[in-house]
Amino acid sequence: MDLQQWLKSNTYHHSQFWDLRKMIAEKERRNLKLSLCIPTLNEGKTIGKEIVLFKSELMIRYPLLDEIAVIDSGSSDNTREVASAFGADVHLSSAILPELGEKKGKGENLWKALHQLKGDIIVYVDADIKNIRPHFISGLLGPLIYRPEVMYVKAFYDRPLVSPQGIRPSGGGRVTEILVRPLFSMFFPELTGLIQPLAGEYAARREVLERLPFPIGYGVETSHIIDVYKTWGLDAFAQTDMDQRVHRNQPTRDLGRMAFAILRTFFYRLHSMGMIRDLPDLNAVFRQFQCNAGVYEPVEWEWREEERPPMLEVPAYRALRGLPPPGAS
Amino acid sequence: MTDWKNIRDILPVARQTAAELREVMLANLVLICEIPAPTFAEADRVRLILQRFTELGLENCSSDDFGNGFGLMRGTEGGRTLLLEANADTFVADRKHQAVEIFPDRIVGPFVGDNSLALAAMVTLPTLLERLGLRLRSDVLFMAASRMLNRGNIEGLRQFLDGTPMVFSAGLCVEGVQIGRLNHRCLGMLRGEILCRLPDDYRWSGPGSAGSIVPMSDVIQRLSAIPIPQRPQTTVVLGSIHGGLSYQNIARETLLKFEVRSESRDVLAAIRSQIQDVCDDVAAHKGMEVRLDIFANREPGGLDGSHPMVKAAKAVQSILGIPTVVYSTTSALSALAGKGIPAVTVGVSTGERHHELDEIDEFVSIEPMAAGLAQIAGLLMAMDGEERDGPAAVA
Repeated sequence: MDLQQWLKSNTYHHSQFWDLRKMIAEKERRNLKLSLCIPTLNEGKTIGKEIVLFKSELMIRYPLLDEIAVIDSGSSDNTREVASAFGADVHLSSAILPELGEKKGKGENLWKALHQLKGDIIVYVDADIKNIRPHFISGLLGPLIYRPEVMYVKAFYDRPLVSPQGIRPSGGGRVTEILVRPLFSMFFPELTGLIQPLAGEYAARREVLERLPFPIGYGVETSHIIDVYKTWGLDAFAQTDMDQRVHRNQPTRDLGRMAFAILRTFFYRLHSMGMIRDLPDLNAVFRQFQCNAGVYEPVEWEWREEERPPMLEVPAYRALRGLPPPGAS
Repeated sequence: MTDWKNIRDILPVARQTAAELREVMLANLVLICEIPAPTFAEADRVRLILQRFTELGLENCSSDDFGNGFGLMRGTEGGRTLLLEANADTFVADRKHQAVEIFPDRIVGPFVGDNSLALAAMVTLPTLLERLGLRLRSDVLFMAASRMLNRGNIEGLRQFLDGTPMVFSAGLCVEGVQIGRLNHRCLGMLRGEILCRLPDDYRWSGPGSAGSIVPMSDVIQRLSAIPIPQRPQTTVVLGSIHGGLSYQNIARETLLKFEVRSESRDVLAAIRSQIQDVCDDVAAHKGMEVRLDIFANREPGGLDGSHPMVKAAKAVQSILGIPTVVYSTTSALSALAGKGIPAVTVGVSTGERHHELDEIDEFVSIEPMAAGLAQIAGLLMAMDGEERDGPAAVA
């Protein structure tokens, strides 16, 4: 399937999945369990609304989801208290697979969710979405429920940024447009069809997720896309238009760090895939500058990739899922 | 259908069941509150409510020419119809994103209590009744009423009542806050604006040229001097004043919005006359145009405290442990009273305006909502049984 065909057949709008009763019937026919994971770190102001809306609309009124779990990185605000108060299963990331230690990063939460959650399909949704609606979930699950060949579904949006001056009509996805899309255009032209590859909302089948390594930091979305593409091809992807996503605007400085981390992840993926042969040691220090009383001074940020192995390689996970130990015939 | 012997049996169960529906109620509240619905622009919010009505199995879900939204819950016997009403509009101007925040004990957002919470209770009620296995004998018309606030002047409800062939045995108006309120009497009300405007030949640069604000201050001073009787209970509220554009420019127009409420139509008429005199005097002395526009005029009325519906409402609140606070209102109830429909107004939860945030954010408490919703179910049961069975068993 070429890119144009893929865009036509694998790009959806969330309204195509409005009929939740039909989705639930299909889910039951296919005997699927569906889990929602919300990774959090200090999201006390927005997590309550997400849990309430998903629980009411997708568990009580329409039983599409089988579980809602919050995997928290150790929030210092009331994130866990709020989520728990409205009935989410709340887990401290550090308490999951504690024998493997604790790493700080969103990817760590996403990875550990695989061990903690029971679903055959797992939906990941960020916790900072101010205009969250149930269609953020149903729109991601729809292609996976109806099309067995689809493995991984990404959300995309018209993303207004909330700034002190009010709503700007567009301008979201700066790192995508300035960094990731140019890289995909150069090395994986087919993946440019993914309109927002860095979107924090996506859903995938367990059989795919458990075979993927998980960078624990910013690179997790990019590496997932490359790894899924490498193994299952473009046809495994679908994407769903969710209309709008209102969220906090990240400062440019933070986006620079994100871009730095993604770029390193990207280069190492290219190297491991043999697409770049001789990759020098990449500098791990990102330098930005600030002006202090008329004097320019560097601000250094060190970033080294840490990656969790595919969950299928973790003995505790295999034991939990009733699989033989790694290497056993 | 559950055979409930009397309302006393059902209220504690209803409260417990309503508590179990907490997330459904809150989700309804978020979805409703986050759709802007300033007066005369309620269509988007009403569309959501109609969608909910349809999903809940109500019949004839539709809107009328005034933007009101309706859904009919069929009773087991029919023949009588009760009206359940909540305002669809809010004071807030159209804001693209009016996000609500939920905390374990409260929910915060723009006019979340006034009146999104009442609408949320209305669209959660059918689920509560279904969970209780309870069907009323009477039909119930659910109404999200548009054009109720400000210059809307309860037009949606008034026009509907003027035009409908339906006959209502009783009505229940729902407000978001405060739980425990029980309004069965309506104050008479005048609502209007005074516009102070400079004449076309005003000498802008002449000495002492003070624009329209100083004459308006004279108007306000003289309005404040109008004697307001304590009996019959009467209030004058100066709600809003606006004039001018900047620091250095003389204001061409100043607008004062006010409301007069009284238990007595004679007092209202007298005050109206005095306000007109004030405007005429200031206009004559200052050489300004001072125009009085009374656009809302509601008659006092309502039910006496001895009416069975009032007694039933107090009893329902008492059984649920809700302290009753009786006071008179000028809201939707007056439209029903004007048509001779026995009706009361109740609230769903506690809440307050969040002045430290801005003028429009409010919070409402989550915990009382279960009793607030159960109260509505209990009152409808009482209204359902009243005429057939004599005074409601609950009272």
